[in-house]
Amino acid sequence: MVAIVDYGVGNLFSLQSSFAAIGETAVITGDKETLLSADRVILPGVGAFEDAAKKLKESGLDEVVRQIANKGTPLMGICLGMQMLFEKSYEFGEWQGLGLIPGEIRPIAEVIPKEYKIPHIGWNALRFQGEKHPLFKYLTEGEHVYFVHSFYGVNCKESVIADTEYGAYLTAAVAKGNVMGCQFHPEKSGKAGLSILKAFTEMGGVNR
Amino acid sequence: MISKRIIPCLDVKDGRVVKGVNFSGLNDVNSPVALGQYYSDNGADELVFYDITASSENRALFTDILREVARTIFIPLTVGGGINALSDFERVLSCGADKVSVNSGAIKNPNLIYEAAKRYGSQCVVLSADVKRVNGKFTVFSKGGRENTGMDAIEWIVRGVENGAGEIVLNSIDTDGVKGGFDIPMLSSVCERVNVPVIASGGAGNIQHFVELFEALPKVDAGLAASIFHFGEVKISDLKHELKKKNIPVRI
Repeated sequence: MVAIVDYGVGNLFSLQSSFAAIGETAVITGDKETLLSADRVILPGVGAFEDAAKKLKESGLDEVVRQIANKGTPLMGICLGMQMLFEKSYEFGEWQGLGLIPGEIRPIAEVIPKEYKIPHIGWNALRFQGEKHPLFKYLTEGEHVYFVHSFYGVNCKESVIADTEYGAYLTAAVAKGNVMGCQFHPEKSGKAGLSILKAFTEMGGVNR
Repeated sequence: MISKRIIPCLDVKDGRVVKGVNFSGLNDVNSPVALGQYYSDNGADELVFYDITASSENRALFTDILREVARTIFIPLTVGGGINALSDFERVLSCGADKVSVNSGAIKNPNLIYEAAKRYGSQCVVLSADVKRVNGKFTVFSKGGRENTGMDAIEWIVRGVENGAGEIVLNSIDTDGVKGGFDIPMLSSVCERVNVPVIASGGAGNIQHFVELFEALPKVDAGLAASIFHFGEVKISDLKHELKKKNIPVRI
């Protein structure tokens, strides 16, 4: 069973439907016990970092997510959910993240050419980094996934498992042990996206 | 490199797709759910559902169907038609829409774009404009192209982006339905002034028209069409292979 962390941010219907499409039960829950007993956990997120981080903290689920990560359960952040796994974000200020992935979140405007549009929105190709990560086991390099973002992860070199070219190479996915994150939306990325979710559901935990 | 998007648009009235649809191999060609899934599985990069239902009772039916469509497709879904207030945004977003397209509703209430962008983010707010040349000037029309607002189209679109619209759908009334190609001069005037994605609509009659569009205007992000896809005149997979051959980046 996959648990999707519900802390009052965004619409989780598509995400839940994606798991249903690959034959996996996903529950949307903010219940601490359910989250801690799940086989795998998704941390979703849309909107602004400050607001989402605040809601996660106020719900007390930030500690639960840390516990999930520490006990070795496969944990994947999606979009802003991925960004919250980082140490810090510089989205309109300076905010603390969960610190589960090294690095920080910075505006893409700092690295992409001026004529490029912000947000980076649309389908873009994945370039794998390092050894092909198990999340991508059903995927070929160069396949397209769907992005919508204006900020991205930096200084996370050893954790980057894929990037994408948008006038500059932007971090597309990260992993450190059982903690993973996708900047793009697998639930909106057609067959390629579903194959990533499928690979996630087949992932075992690690002992810490 | 980001790819160019190909977007089929479905007009839905009282829960059924209208404007003839002619597909072999689909059991229920007027079902928005069946068609949505067909396009999602056959290379569409995004879907637009346009609700042309007149009564509010039948609008609830559209909402039910929208939920079913959102449950079965795994590409971005944009919904337009009858969006006049924040409560309409809430209604369609809660059914699984990713973006909401405003047109006449924003003309009646220009604050709508600002309020919606503030609440849901710019990436969620699409400004759709129906534009026609009047005495040589690009002019905005409302109510599905029936009413001349007298507003300058370029100024209207620039203002919409300043207020938070994250994407523009530019429908040229002059080229719509003619199947003679997209309105390159009109699109060009808009692309010069805004730095958000621009989706070209109106005029596509064949594959070559999409090639011309993306070659003439590299700043255009997507091409939208309805009947040529619905009638199978242009298959999205053929279209994308042709674009790829011309070195235009697409997702295949």
